[in-house]
Amino acid sequence: MLYGNRLRTLSIATFVTMTAALALAFFYAPMDADQGFMQKIFYVHVPLAMVALGGFVFGGIAAIQHLRTRDPRWDLRSYVAIHLSLVLGAGVLITGAIWAKASWGHWWVWDEPTLVSFLIVFLLYATYQPMRFSIEDPERQSRYASVFAITAGAFVPLNFLAVRLAQAYTHPRVFATADGGLPPRMQLAFLVALAGMTLLYVTLWRYEMTSKNTSAQLRALRRRLAGDDAVAPAGRSAAPSLPTT
Amino acid sequence: VIAIISGIVLAATTAVLPDNVGYVAAAYLVFFALVLIYLVIMASKLARFERETAELLELVDRRDHLPDGAERPREEAAAR
Repeated sequence: MLYGNRLRTLSIATFVTMTAALALAFFYAPMDADQGFMQKIFYVHVPLAMVALGGFVFGGIAAIQHLRTRDPRWDLRSYVAIHLSLVLGAGVLITGAIWAKASWGHWWVWDEPTLVSFLIVFLLYATYQPMRFSIEDPERQSRYASVFAITAGAFVPLNFLAVRLAQAYTHPRVFATADGGLPPRMQLAFLVALAGMTLLYVTLWRYEMTSKNTSAQLRALRRRLAGDDAVAPAGRSAAPSLPTT
Repeated sequence: VIAIISGIVLAATTAVLPDNVGYVAAAYLVFFALVLIYLVIMASKLARFERETAELLELVDRRDHLPDGAERPREEAAAR
């Protein structure tokens, strides 16, 4: 499978949607009556969080496929999805801390369930790559990593539910709240921002997959041209390697 | 000149921009910095692929120009 096929279209769509999202957030969405201008952080922080959590779940689904089919490509898809979600997760924590400082005067508030539960999910997934690296045998590594990805992936919706059920609502609710959620103009800006962030995630995921695929193809080509001796044995790595034959 | 221009820009923006603009700018900068770092990593990978492709092309060229029966340059490639 060639992952680079629709990269150009995806990249353009991402750029257009992200630009539209920024324009809508700053020039179309009204100023929040309570938080004022600082509420604009919402349009980057919340889509980042939702897409990061969605990426973790996608990593779990890809891991299920890997265990079902034993196809190493599914393991790679799961690995890249989790890796990207971790990067976005770091962004969520930093932007969240900035918002907390602006809003509450503290960089971190330990009794806020949204923050703490996201940190738990982030720390859980932060062990994924060291766990992979600790297992030398590639077959065992991919199998154990898939089990981890499925278990942790199932934890993500539970975490989301727990936060929704928590009493201390300090984060804005977007959908299905008693008072109707966001005003329509804010909701539109948020949905476009969410679409842009999703497209960004998909684009970066495909970039990474294209890169890993190209790397494997180059190794295969070198092996064919120069023989097995020309390809250095793959060292111990957390990243799964695609077969090069 | 830069200090004067910065002063004018700062004075103008302070008067026009709403409160907490620094926090909002910082949050968006964090996001764009993450994307930029990812692009830099991708760029370095692309440069590596270009180098490897050039090496393989060179290998093919050398193989094509060898006389019939001559040994293929596997040892040289293996040394890389």
